Amino acid sequence: MKTLVFLEHHEGELVRGSLGVLSKASSLDGDVAGIVAGSGVRDLAPGAGEYGAATVYVADDPRLEAPLPQPRVDVLATLVREQGFQAVLFAQSVLAADVAAGLAARLDAGLNWDLVDLKQEDGRLIGTRPALADSLYVEVGWSSEPALATFRTGSFEAQATGGTAQVEEIEVELEDFSTRATMLEQAHEERSGPSIEDADVVVAGGRGLGSPDNFALLEGLAKALGGAVAATRAVVDAGWYPYAAQVGQTGRTVSPKLYIACGISGAIQHKVGMQGSGTIVAINKDPNAPIFEFCDLGVVGDLHQIVPKLTELVRARKA
Amino acid sequence: MKIAVCAKQVPESGAPKRIDPATRRLDRSVEAGLNPFDVHAVEEALRVKEKVAEAEVVLVSLGPERTLEALRKALAMGADRAVLVSDEAAVGSDLGPTSLVLAKAIERESPDLVLFGQQSADGEGAVLWAAVAERLRLPLVSQAAELALEDGRVVVKRQTEFGYDRIEAPLPCVVAVSDAINEPRYPSLKGIMGAKSKPQEVLALADLGVEPSLAGEQGSGTEVVGLGDPPPRGDTLRIEDDGSAAEKVVEFLAARKLL
Repeated sequence: MKTLVFLEHHEGELVRGSLGVLSKASSLDGDVAGIVAGSGVRDLAPGAGEYGAATVYVADDPRLEAPLPQPRVDVLATLVREQGFQAVLFAQSVLAADVAAGLAARLDAGLNWDLVDLKQEDGRLIGTRPALADSLYVEVGWSSEPALATFRTGSFEAQATGGTAQVEEIEVELEDFSTRATMLEQAHEERSGPSIEDADVVVAGGRGLGSPDNFALLEGLAKALGGAVAATRAVVDAGWYPYAAQVGQTGRTVSPKLYIACGISGAIQHKVGMQGSGTIVAINKDPNAPIFEFCDLGVVGDLHQIVPKLTELVRARKA
Repeated sequence: MKIAVCAKQVPESGAPKRIDPATRRLDRSVEAGLNPFDVHAVEEALRVKEKVAEAEVVLVSLGPERTLEALRKALAMGADRAVLVSDEAAVGSDLGPTSLVLAKAIERESPDLVLFGQQSADGEGAVLWAAVAERLRLPLVSQAAELALEDGRVVVKRQTEFGYDRIEAPLPCVVAVSDAINEPRYPSLKGIMGAKSKPQEVLALADLGVEPSLAGEQGSGTEVVGLGDPPPRGDTLRIEDDGSAAEKVVEFLAARKLL
């Protein structure tokens, strides 16, 4: 099988989620290649070799500078047709979702999205897709070629195996309509820690914080643990914390090694965004909060007392 | 100016959701309504309409005939008419054929602006607009948190993982709006009364020149091959804070090598 992995990059680095998908792809039988599309991105290509790409295609063009989907559909469509890839895999993101769906339409290829796993059975690819608020796992396949898939954040660990990739530059030819949407101003992160999707530890706050100022408590704990701060939709809607930190059905899906939920009841809207986390610790003063049904450690108590103490203890331990 | 809004019917949020083991599709026989995410797209279309001299808001949908009931809510809000593609041959369509059929129905209207909601509440998908934009060969902007129309173009504030982008695109174009973009209005009594008499057209695939073999399961590139249970979580350890909870959390994390 010939597999292509879309390698997303942000601020001069390959996104870890893409490398995780690359690691997964290289664990299956066949040849695995990656594609990096952007402007001034040549230097990123060799890094993908360490995560299992035998070949990394580079589409380097000023018209690919902005992270917009449609020019990337053009690049991928040409590459897939020329090289005859049988599978094209994406780590889920705002950009990747649009690229994958556009590519599916362009190539008339099936796209299964939001997968959490992928395996080969008698040469066929089978994906796993959680459905109905993750209460059911659906096994999905493809009757088309290529098979297209996007994977939920954190489904696979990025594993450096120390390989080297052959880097090949490709010609960029874009459709007229693909370049008509243009970036006026690109978002720049103004935060010091890791993004919530890349962080190993996420400390999240909900309405139980009582006031926006109390996010400072969570920021302190996150800093001590080397993690990032997330928020529920309720507090983002209330303007307590930025949307980019929102975890849940209408926000980001995260799966850190450790998720500490503070003052979060655990509504389904939030649950679907974090239940893939390795270990979940919940602190809530309401003993009946639903979050206690799907956490590993449930602490019934006042977070305003517990979180500062916890921060102190973690700091002392790490010092 | 003409604005097309793609909308679908989904099971009501309180309705029991199940996958029919025989068809391996979502059981849609339960009580259903307008996809709540699409309501934001309808609202945004109405707001654009209110700002320009002359505009028409057309709903475009694919689904069983009872979808008209859901679309009437959007008509009651103020949309002008509805076009529903309803055809046995389209049942079970995945992203590919769904985007094909919707694109054909939209093409027939040649709108200046095509709006989508952020996702469907049932399929949990959030990709359809990109496939439709591709088939229409129109510029696309998704995750719109703000939408402004100026001089024949849209300027969109778009939410990403990294913050907010500002993107512009000339009309005609496709925009998918997030549910943070507006607070949808409630239909007025007058709107509700008038909704039924607004034009509601039901089309078959043949009306759009779509071969039945390109729609439904036949035209889909994906398939469901099995159903299973999610992996179970381990047991929950529960403690009440007696002043030592922080220490216990640290011990717990240390035991799991998380510190």
